[in-house]
Amino acid sequence: MKSRKILTGLAVTFITITAFNSCKNEQRKDKQEVAINETVEANNEKTNSETVPVGYKIGDEATDFKLKDINGKMVSLSDYKDAKGYIVIFTCNTCPFSVASEERIVTLDKEFKPKGYPVIAINPNNPEEQPDDTYELMQEKAKEAGFTFPYLFDESQTIYAKYGATKTPHVYLLQKEDGKNIVKYIGAIDDNVKTASMVKDRFLANAVNELLEGKEVTVKETKAIGCSVKQ
Amino acid sequence: MKENLQISEVVVNLKKVVSLNFEELQQKYFQNKNDTIYVINFWATWCKPCVEELPAFEKIASNYSDKKVKVLLVSLDFSDKIDSQVIPFLEKNNIKSEVVLLDDADANGWISKVSEAWSGAIPATVIYSKDKRKFYEQSFTFEELENELKLSL
Repeated sequence: MKSRKILTGLAVTFITITAFNSCKNEQRKDKQEVAINETVEANNEKTNSETVPVGYKIGDEATDFKLKDINGKMVSLSDYKDAKGYIVIFTCNTCPFSVASEERIVTLDKEFKPKGYPVIAINPNNPEEQPDDTYELMQEKAKEAGFTFPYLFDESQTIYAKYGATKTPHVYLLQKEDGKNIVKYIGAIDDNVKTASMVKDRFLANAVNELLEGKEVTVKETKAIGCSVKQ
Repeated sequence: MKENLQISEVVVNLKKVVSLNFEELQQKYFQNKNDTIYVINFWATWCKPCVEELPAFEKIASNYSDKKVKVLLVSLDFSDKIDSQVIPFLEKNNIKSEVVLLDDADANGWISKVSEAWSGAIPATVIYSKDKRKFYEQSFTFEELENELKLSL
């Protein structure tokens, strides 16, 4: 009996490892199928103004703000005189979905800042509720993840609420029109938070590219799982 | 080979979390039309408010075990964390409700199928029976959850 247990223990480990590996491949296959079947259906047109907490809808004017970056400097959208618009991303230090998106956010900034759409990241969380999201840890995160964009602290937790961000990461793409910042896209960065290499549809990048081409954004709203904002 | 077969039986007896895509989850758990009330909670081990409200769901499951109430906890942890995080968490917290892991990258496709009202933030809960279905993007205390459940009883 005893030897069986030991054997079992060893083999469980072995099986876990093999199962894990093969499982991963299977899931990949699944995901591809799902993606093929469902992106077509993905319904991005529906807004849910009745049920979703108040916040901006497509076409609304977004407020500017004055929030502290990790160097103690106050940053506003209006500081970017030459910008055509902004990629405002509510994100935080440790939410796995935010962490999984970090590199992609840096890539987006590198891709679109030169074209007039810089990334502005905002941490909306209350560090008393989420101790990983203090200002000091934001400073560490920005260094460690090589943020090329301002990472701002919504200390009074007023800005995320005005925008209607419910989770991290949560993206708002704004375009300058007659001195106003108009909301053009709300939602996810792309269609696969977990695995960048599996992305089929770069929702946000597509939207920015459409704006750059002077077109209307086709997919205006998308949804993604995220960590709820800690109030 | 023989050994492996033997052992996979043992694995089944250990705490196990099945990983499903949304279609599988929907077919298995969201379309039942019997006299059971389903309380389905979306959570993750890294989601603090989710973890805080799990005892309320556990208590519902145990207090209503003689009624036809089924509590299902749908983990949104990444699937590669099942062994390293999800199962240790369930064991440590002695979670008795059934747990499955939803592993489906196309969140933009399936979130709205759970509810048009869902922004994608967790925790989120669906309570449904054959003729009623309600969705909640919020945290629950035991009392709040029980009150909502009673509406369906």
